Amino acid sequence: MMATTASVSVSVYEGAATLIQLVLVALGGPLLVGLMAKVKARAEGRVGAPIVQPLRDLRKLLTKERLHARHASVVLPLAPMVILASSVMAVAISPLVSTHPLLGSSADILVIVYLLLTGSAAAALAGLDAGTAFGGMGSSRAMTIGALAEPALLVAVIALSIQSGTSNLPGIMVSTLAHPDWVLGPSRLLALGALLIVVIAETGRIPVDNPSTHLELTMVHEAMILEYAGPELALVSLGEAMRLGLLFSLLANLFVPWGIATHPTAASIVLGTAFLALKAVLVALGVALIEVRSAKLRLFRLPELLAGGFVLSVLAVVTGLVTR
Amino acid sequence: MNATYISALELAAGAVLLSAVMTLWRRSVRSIVSMLSLQGISLSAVAIVLALHEHEHALLVTGCLVFVVKGLVVPALLRRVSRLDPRSRESRPLVNVPASLVFAAVLIVLAYVVGTRITALSATSATHLAPLGLATVLVGYFMLVTRRRAVSKIVGLILVDNGIALVTFLLTSGVPLIVELGSSLDVLLVVVVLQFLMVSMRHHSDTDRLTEMKALHD
Repeated sequence: MMATTASVSVSVYEGAATLIQLVLVALGGPLLVGLMAKVKARAEGRVGAPIVQPLRDLRKLLTKERLHARHASVVLPLAPMVILASSVMAVAISPLVSTHPLLGSSADILVIVYLLLTGSAAAALAGLDAGTAFGGMGSSRAMTIGALAEPALLVAVIALSIQSGTSNLPGIMVSTLAHPDWVLGPSRLLALGALLIVVIAETGRIPVDNPSTHLELTMVHEAMILEYAGPELALVSLGEAMRLGLLFSLLANLFVPWGIATHPTAASIVLGTAFLALKAVLVALGVALIEVRSAKLRLFRLPELLAGGFVLSVLAVVTGLVTR
Repeated sequence: MNATYISALELAAGAVLLSAVMTLWRRSVRSIVSMLSLQGISLSAVAIVLALHEHEHALLVTGCLVFVVKGLVVPALLRRVSRLDPRSRESRPLVNVPASLVFAAVLIVLAYVVGTRITALSATSATHLAPLGLATVLVGYFMLVTRRRAVSKIVGLILVDNGIALVTFLLTSGVPLIVELGSSLDVLLVVVVLQFLMVSMRHHSDTDRLTEMKALHD
């Protein structure tokens, strides 16, 4: 009897952690986007929109009517749901607030990668669906960048899992908590560099893509979702913002897991929530500073950056094997 | 103490290989030379960490020598050469940058596969890291054969030398001081001679791309 009540209360805490991180990322993702826009505006000497502007935009878009391009098929209205659902699913199972969310045992790093890839594939199909020139161009560019970033991501992930002996995300975080000396090891630092490049590419931030431009020569992600309006645009934007929030939080938690809740107690979950918010904001500030300091790369120079990420991750694997 | 020693050694040896790869990645001569300077400093850190751990005073002197020659003097000389040249970018490498990075990854894996067989013969925490030095040597050779500009070729040569030095530090705890003195000064001499050579090359034929020089004339 004792054992059953204990396990019930444990799963209550696990459920609470899952719920908290869903709400936190759904609200925090757009806020991070707003924060980065604000930092960029300030650095350029402008006042900039308030940080809550992306949330206001979402509310405004949700009240508008649904409009579809005349030749669009069923893919166009379906894709926003796939994009949002894949982000929600990935956020729900990832260890963000606690190392034991409800479905934490299935949070294999490959599962997360391919959940996010499902969202990207849906966005690319939606770009092609309306049959406009910009949509197809955007999809083609996004898939090119994705295909170049994928090997770097997978090899960097292998580097992390070699050290921990598991590719389960909570497992990697728990073993990092037990071995603080790993964090400053060469393998970790190289994997961090590679993953930072991949995260910038996957979230479409500046050296790779400029989220604030609609210039037809350079836009990648904006070109793909050009045909969306109203509530469907809101779903796509929310899905992308949650994906950004998830990637930033995972990056922070994988390399500096301290503060994450490891015990099923209310205090530790509250602390985990606060630390997660703090770490995600710090990562966002760092990425915003990179955006301020660098210019967007030409599309044909992107393979150099992403190949650099790939070779960093190979280095991470080799140094990980050498120093094991 | 022991854990700090091992992680400091790993970090420094990793930085040597990382800066070798970064020289393939960056295009402007200025940033390539700063990577080379970083590599010299990390190499001297390897020597100094080893010397402090094994209480070898000769190795400590070697480390300081490496720091001065490879970390400061050689990069400063190269920076002077590149300042003389207005077009200070590697214009057209024979193999483009993404391909050469992928090639570097292959070379690093090769060095690991071959190197671990050798280091398994006598496994200590220092000898384990020797494949990183081997990889630096291979990346250096790759740079030597695929870059056209004379400055890049000098950089490739120095990468090879640094890689050999890293392997010797890790496997043997350092060669005798006099040998290291000789090899460091050799590299310095090579850089100085090549600097004169490049200045006169540019004076005579207005280019320093070695492949474009087909014939000798007076």
